[in-house]
Amino acid sequence: MIIGKVTGTIVTTISHPHYKNRRLLVVQPLTLPGDPPEGDFVALDNTHAGVGDTVLVNREGNAARQTLNQPDGCVISVIVGIVDAVHVPALN
Amino acid sequence: MLFGRVRGTAVCTIKYPDLKGMKLLIVEPLNKHLEPTGPLQVAVDVVQAGPGDLCVMVRSREAALAMQEHKFVPVDLALIGIVDELTVRPDGEFDYTLKEGYTRYT
Repeated sequence: MIIGKVTGTIVTTISHPHYKNRRLLVVQPLTLPGDPPEGDFVALDNTHAGVGDTVLVNREGNAARQTLNQPDGCVISVIVGIVDAVHVPALN
Repeated sequence: MLFGRVRGTAVCTIKYPDLKGMKLLIVEPLNKHLEPTGPLQVAVDVVQAGPGDLCVMVRSREAALAMQEHKFVPVDLALIGIVDELTVRPDGEFDYTLKEGYTRYT
Protein backbone atom coordinates (compact mmCIF):
# COMPACT_ATOMS: atom_id res chain seq x y z
CA MET A 1 0.00 0.00 0.00
CA ILE A 2 1.12 3.55 -0.60
CA ILE A 3 0.11 7.02 0.51
CA GLY A 4 -0.90 9.46 -2.20
CA LYS A 5 -2.93 12.56 -2.88
CA VAL A 6 -6.02 12.64 -5.07
CA THR A 7 -5.34 15.23 -7.78
CA GLY A 8 -8.03 14.61 -10.35
CA THR A 9 -11.25 12.98 -11.38
CA ILE A 10 -12.04 10.91 -14.46
CA VAL A 11 -15.41 10.49 -16.14
CA THR A 12 -15.88 7.40 -18.33
CA THR A 13 -19.30 6.63 -19.75
CA ILE A 14 -18.07 3.57 -21.62
CA SER A 15 -16.15 1.33 -19.26
CA HIS A 16 -15.71 -2.29 -18.27
CA PRO A 17 -18.64 -3.69 -16.20
CA HIS A 18 -16.34 -4.11 -13.18
CA TYR A 19 -15.85 -0.32 -13.10
CA LYS A 20 -19.51 0.64 -13.27
CA ASN A 21 -20.98 2.85 -10.54
CA ARG A 22 -17.58 3.61 -9.01
CA ARG A 23 -15.41 6.68 -9.37
CA LEU A 24 -12.00 6.69 -11.00
CA LEU A 25 -9.52 9.14 -9.49
CA VAL A 26 -6.01 10.28 -10.38
CA VAL A 27 -3.58 9.66 -7.51
CA GLN A 28 -0.13 11.17 -7.08
CA PRO A 29 2.08 9.21 -4.65
CA LEU A 30 3.75 11.26 -1.89
CA THR A 31 7.50 11.67 -2.30
CA LEU A 32 10.44 12.43 -0.01
CA PRO A 33 11.45 16.13 0.20
CA GLY A 34 13.46 17.12 -2.88
CA ASP A 35 12.15 14.38 -5.15
CA PRO A 36 9.94 15.41 -8.08
CA PRO A 37 6.31 14.26 -8.03
CA GLU A 38 6.05 11.43 -10.55
CA GLY A 39 4.52 8.00 -10.98
CA ASP A 40 0.91 9.15 -10.93
CA PHE A 41 -1.75 6.54 -11.66
CA VAL A 42 -5.47 5.88 -11.84
CA ALA A 43 -7.27 4.24 -8.92
CA LEU A 44 -10.82 3.08 -8.24
CA ASP A 45 -12.45 4.77 -5.26
CA ASN A 46 -13.87 2.63 -2.47
CA THR A 47 -13.95 5.26 0.30
CA HIS A 48 -15.66 8.35 -1.17
CA ALA A 49 -12.37 10.25 -1.33
CA GLY A 50 -12.25 13.63 -3.06
CA VAL A 51 -9.71 15.84 -4.79
CA GLY A 52 -7.09 17.02 -2.28
CA ASP A 53 -7.55 14.09 0.12
CA THR A 54 -4.52 12.12 1.24
CA VAL A 55 -5.38 8.49 0.68
CA LEU A 56 -4.17 4.97 1.30
CA VAL A 57 -4.03 3.06 -1.99
CA ASN A 58 -3.72 -0.67 -2.48
CA ARG A 59 -1.95 -1.50 -5.73
CA GLU A 60 -2.40 -5.23 -5.96
CA GLY A 61 -5.04 -7.20 -7.83
CA ASN A 62 -5.92 -9.85 -5.23
CA ALA A 63 -6.49 -7.22 -2.55
CA ALA A 64 -8.59 -5.21 -5.00
CA ARG A 65 -10.78 -8.23 -5.80
CA GLN A 66 -11.24 -8.85 -2.09
CA THR A 67 -12.14 -5.26 -1.19
CA LEU A 68 -14.51 -4.87 -4.15
CA ASN A 69 -16.01 -8.34 -3.61
CA GLN A 70 -15.47 -9.33 -7.26
CA PRO A 71 -13.72 -12.73 -7.57
CA ASP A 72 -12.52 -12.01 -11.12
CA GLY A 73 -12.46 -8.21 -11.08
CA CYS A 74 -9.97 -6.54 -13.42
CA VAL A 75 -8.96 -3.79 -10.99
CA ILE A 76 -5.47 -3.23 -9.59
CA SER A 77 -5.40 0.09 -7.71
CA VAL A 78 -8.09 0.70 -5.10
CA ILE A 79 -8.33 3.56 -2.62
CA VAL A 80 -8.93 1.78 0.67
CA GLY A 81 -8.58 4.59 3.20
CA ILE A 82 -8.37 8.31 3.82
CA VAL A 83 -5.31 9.30 5.82
CA ASP A 84 -5.90 11.50 8.87
CA ALA A 85 -2.31 11.97 9.98
CA VAL A 86 1.18 10.65 9.35
CA HIS A 87 4.03 10.53 11.84
CA VAL A 88 7.55 10.25 10.41
CA PRO A 89 10.17 10.40 13.20
CA ALA A 90 13.24 10.93 10.96
CA LEU A 91 13.63 10.48 7.24
CA ASN A 92 17.42 10.04 7.04
CA MET B 1 -4.03 1.50 -13.89
CA LEU B 2 -2.90 4.25 -16.23
CA PHE B 3 -3.87 6.55 -19.07
CA GLY B 4 -3.23 5.73 -22.71
CA ARG B 5 -3.87 7.34 -26.05
CA VAL B 6 -4.84 5.06 -28.95
CA ARG B 7 -2.35 5.56 -31.78
CA GLY B 8 -3.32 2.79 -34.19
CA THR B 9 -4.39 -0.79 -34.64
CA ALA B 10 -2.47 -4.06 -34.96
CA VAL B 11 -3.59 -7.13 -36.89
CA CYS B 12 -2.27 -10.63 -36.15
CA THR B 13 -3.38 -13.59 -38.23
CA ILE B 14 -1.35 -16.16 -36.34
CA LYS B 15 -1.80 -15.89 -32.59
CA TYR B 16 -2.71 -17.82 -29.44
CA PRO B 17 -6.10 -19.47 -30.22
CA ASP B 18 -8.03 -17.89 -27.33
CA LEU B 19 -7.02 -14.43 -28.54
CA LYS B 20 -9.09 -14.95 -31.67
CA GLY B 21 -11.49 -12.07 -32.28
CA MET B 22 -9.80 -9.68 -29.88
CA LYS B 23 -9.04 -6.19 -31.10
CA LEU B 24 -5.41 -5.12 -30.71
CA LEU B 25 -4.60 -1.42 -30.44
CA ILE B 26 -1.30 0.45 -30.40
CA VAL B 27 -1.36 2.72 -27.36
CA GLU B 28 0.93 5.33 -25.90
CA PRO B 29 1.09 5.36 -22.06
CA LEU B 30 0.51 8.81 -20.57
CA ASN B 31 0.83 10.48 -17.18
CA LYS B 32 -1.84 12.64 -15.54
CA HIS B 33 -0.84 15.68 -17.63
CA LEU B 34 -1.22 13.48 -20.74
CA GLU B 35 2.50 13.55 -21.49
CA PRO B 36 3.97 10.31 -22.95
CA THR B 37 5.75 8.19 -20.32
CA GLY B 38 7.19 5.43 -22.45
CA PRO B 39 7.30 3.61 -25.75
CA LEU B 40 4.23 2.48 -27.68
CA GLN B 41 2.58 -0.74 -26.48
CA VAL B 42 -0.10 -3.09 -27.68
CA ALA B 43 -3.32 -3.38 -25.67
CA VAL B 44 -6.43 -5.50 -26.09
CA ASP B 45 -9.59 -3.47 -26.44
CA VAL B 46 -12.80 -4.41 -24.60
CA VAL B 47 -14.60 -1.04 -24.84
CA GLN B 48 -14.45 -0.44 -28.61
CA ALA B 49 -12.08 2.52 -28.52
CA GLY B 50 -10.81 4.12 -31.71
CA PRO B 51 -7.67 5.97 -32.83
CA GLY B 52 -7.14 9.21 -30.88
CA ASP B 53 -9.28 8.16 -27.91
CA LEU B 54 -7.98 8.76 -24.40
CA CYS B 55 -8.43 5.56 -22.39
CA VAL B 56 -7.85 4.03 -18.99
CA MET B 57 -5.77 0.85 -19.16
CA VAL B 58 -5.04 -1.95 -16.74
CA ARG B 59 -1.82 -3.96 -16.63
CA SER B 60 -0.65 -7.44 -15.58
CA ARG B 61 -2.93 -10.37 -14.67
CA GLU B 62 -5.92 -8.06 -14.32
CA ALA B 63 -5.68 -7.23 -18.04
CA ALA B 64 -6.44 -10.86 -18.85
CA LEU B 65 -9.32 -10.82 -16.34
CA ALA B 66 -10.84 -7.92 -18.28
CA MET B 67 -11.51 -10.20 -21.25
CA GLN B 68 -15.12 -11.15 -21.88
CA GLU B 69 -14.91 -14.93 -22.37
CA HIS B 70 -11.46 -16.40 -21.79
CA LYS B 71 -9.83 -15.29 -18.54
CA PHE B 72 -6.63 -17.27 -19.03
CA VAL B 73 -5.09 -15.57 -22.06
CA PRO B 74 -1.63 -14.09 -22.71
CA VAL B 75 -2.70 -10.46 -22.33
CA ASP B 76 -0.87 -7.93 -20.15
CA LEU B 77 -2.48 -4.63 -21.14
CA ALA B 78 -6.17 -3.98 -21.68
CA LEU B 79 -8.27 -0.89 -22.34
CA ILE B 80 -11.10 -0.81 -19.81
CA GLY B 81 -12.58 2.67 -20.17
CA ILE B 82 -12.87 5.59 -22.56
CA VAL B 83 -12.24 8.93 -20.85
CA ASP B 84 -14.92 11.54 -21.55
CA GLU B 85 -13.79 14.10 -19.04
CA LEU B 86 -10.54 14.47 -17.11
CA THR B 87 -9.98 17.10 -14.43
CA VAL B 88 -6.49 17.28 -12.95
CA ARG B 89 -5.31 19.99 -10.56
CA PRO B 90 -2.01 21.70 -11.50
CA ASP B 91 1.20 20.45 -9.87
CA GLY B 92 1.75 23.48 -7.63
CA GLU B 93 -1.62 23.25 -5.95
CA PHE B 94 -0.86 20.39 -3.55
CA ASP B 95 2.26 19.52 -1.59
CA TYR B 96 3.27 15.94 -2.43
CA THR B 97 6.19 15.68 -0.03
CA LEU B 98 6.16 13.48 3.04
CA LYS B 99 7.42 15.71 5.84
CA GLU B 100 9.27 14.75 8.97
CA GLY B 101 7.32 14.80 12.19
CA TYR B 102 3.58 14.69 12.74
CA THR B 103 1.45 15.89 9.83
CA ARG B 104 -2.33 16.15 9.98
CA TYR B 105 -4.16 15.87 6.66
CA THR B 106 -7.77 16.28 7.75
